[in-house]
Amino acid sequence: MHRVSKIVATGVATAALAASLTACGESSTEAGGADKGVGLAFDVGGRDDHSFNEAASRGVDKAGKELGVKSKLMTAKNGETEADREQRLSSLAEAGYNPVIGVGFNYGKSVNKVAKDYPKTTFGVVDSGATAKNVYGMVFAEHEGSYLAGVAAALKSKTHKVGFIGGVNNALIQKFQAGFEQGVRETDPSAKITSEYLYANDDKGFNDPAAAKGKAKGMLDAGIDVIYTAAGQSGNGSIETVAGKKGTWAIGVDSDQYLQPGLAQYKGSILTSVMKNVDVAVFDLVKSVKDKKPLTGDKLYTLKDNGVRLSTSGGFIDDIQAKLDAAKEKIASGQVKVGESPKK
Amino acid sequence: MKKLDKNKLILGVAAPVLAIVAALAITSVIILATGKDPIHAYTVMADFGSKSDSQVWIVNKAIPYYLSALAVAIGFRMNLFNIGVDGQYRIAAFFAAVVGGALTLPGFLQIPLIIIVAMLVGSVWAGIAGLLKTTRGVSEVITTIMLNSIAAAVIGYFLQEGRLAQKDGNLFHTPNIPSSSHFFTIPTTPKPLDGFLVVAVIVGALYWFVLNRTRFGFDLRTVGQSESAAEASGVSVKRMVVTSMLLSGAAAGLIGMPTLLGVSYNYGTDFPIGIGFTGIAIALLGRNHPVGMAAGALLWGFLERTGTQLEFEDYQQEIVGVMQGVIVLCVVIAYELVRRYGLRLQQRQVGEELAAQARKTDKAEVSA
Repeated sequence: MHRVSKIVATGVATAALAASLTACGESSTEAGGADKGVGLAFDVGGRDDHSFNEAASRGVDKAGKELGVKSKLMTAKNGETEADREQRLSSLAEAGYNPVIGVGFNYGKSVNKVAKDYPKTTFGVVDSGATAKNVYGMVFAEHEGSYLAGVAAALKSKTHKVGFIGGVNNALIQKFQAGFEQGVRETDPSAKITSEYLYANDDKGFNDPAAAKGKAKGMLDAGIDVIYTAAGQSGNGSIETVAGKKGTWAIGVDSDQYLQPGLAQYKGSILTSVMKNVDVAVFDLVKSVKDKKPLTGDKLYTLKDNGVRLSTSGGFIDDIQAKLDAAKEKIASGQVKVGESPKK
Repeated sequence: MKKLDKNKLILGVAAPVLAIVAALAITSVIILATGKDPIHAYTVMADFGSKSDSQVWIVNKAIPYYLSALAVAIGFRMNLFNIGVDGQYRIAAFFAAVVGGALTLPGFLQIPLIIIVAMLVGSVWAGIAGLLKTTRGVSEVITTIMLNSIAAAVIGYFLQEGRLAQKDGNLFHTPNIPSSSHFFTIPTTPKPLDGFLVVAVIVGALYWFVLNRTRFGFDLRTVGQSESAAEASGVSVKRMVVTSMLLSGAAAGLIGMPTLLGVSYNYGTDFPIGIGFTGIAIALLGRNHPVGMAAGALLWGFLERTGTQLEFEDYQQEIVGVMQGVIVLCVVIAYELVRRYGLRLQQRQVGEELAAQARKTDKAEVSA
């Protein structure tokens, strides 16, 4: 028993020591709010995912070119906790970056929390709302853009079978699915839609191209000839697979994937991409901070104001452009309401 | 005999020292290969890691890692490879969050209730693998890793609007647990320490006590060293397998609790994953010893804390991941090398003693 009490005593003493050290040590946090440029914290996949993150970094690049704003880009690892994200954001704010932007819904809580510690810094978060005063929440009507993708898929499919691949089955990606399915249904009621997810709730779904390859292969084998993939970097795998089968189309997401140098060899199979103008949103925020009139609060980027849209590079949807424009008009005027949750 | 003890001491110290030196050397070479200065990297890490807020961050981060390592180590000690800690803590935290979000009892009732639910769910999930092993002879490596996927699928099914979750912007999460059920914190500046530290220390002490000072712990270690010997001396191996899986799962159930009761207050799309796998690395690092694993968990926290800072000094982000991998490998290899060396030393000593004895008897025979 003697040794037990010794162990316990050691444990308690260690804890107490840690606490007391904490109390007297020097803290690394100070002011923030300096002017070192924009700090961008990505979700998994990193800058070169050819999709979501890349859209955000394009905004930063543009700010660099046009406004001379410097930048620091950091990337999340798989399986991070709130503590990791908070640290990344506070490190950026601490180092004097302003604005500090979290790219991806995972940053929703941490941005709003860290923002309170650095009232002089402006924060931004993509795909999530603002609750703190100095935060700009950039959210997008992905379902509206995806509706148009559904229309295009329905019009282009010869087998009348289309597929949707989502990275992770969460509320955000379900918006893509819901819009896409509705677009297909309202264009070609007889079309068969197959919607599948790579992961139920693991953010690995956004950087696992091999998993997307497998799913896409299965869909192609089942006779599906248009596949819309909303899965960040994983989407590259799906596009590659679709490009391997003649007469089938891939629909890209977030960036204009036809123009991505990394995907150049598959671009002949990229029908269109549902672009989320994250770059525009990020640029707006950086510019507002530069002009000393920082944006705050929530902003919804919709189809109506071109916050989301279909890309036309490659000219593959030129023949159906009139129908797409009509569909867009209906959504913009409110005649068609696009749902955010898939029909069960 | 005294000499052997001295050897034992030297060997005991040799392994960790060898591991640290080797890990530092290899990491330095890797940093050099990326064209950077390794010494500067270590200075930055030491500097930033010793700041007061870093210390709090590191301790808070180490708590779930430590609990995870304990859960893994319970299996390790009897040669059970429970890879399913990851699935066990996630499904445990999920259902604990569901129960916690549905009730509004006073905190002193509800907090223990949430923790007990988590431990129960965790042990049921691990127990499935234990039962399959004892009744059907299925390797726990296979079942636990498959149960990870099943856990993810089960959570994925229920974590939808209209089932057990609600929609909040672009996230799904279970209803928030009431503020009376938030766990206490230990106030330190600038940020508080997580009160779950106390729980982690207690569980660590319990782990040590049960394994080293009880009949059950002795049986468990015996089964780990030799199943047949244990069976022969009257230990029911099957019962031990199921019991230790249940215990391992119960400990796994605790992993998600610091997050659920102290940070997120719900189980959502953004609930941390992968801590179960980190636990395997830390259990290896700490040699299944309660103090060793605590050191390992803190080291892990330290590396993750300071890794971000390295990025600001233009080091590659991946350096920290490389360091973690190198350290685990070095520790495992160093201990194995030292163990083999010790074994050879012992064999030689025994051989010498036997030879000496043989010479003595020879002489005795000659003189007789």
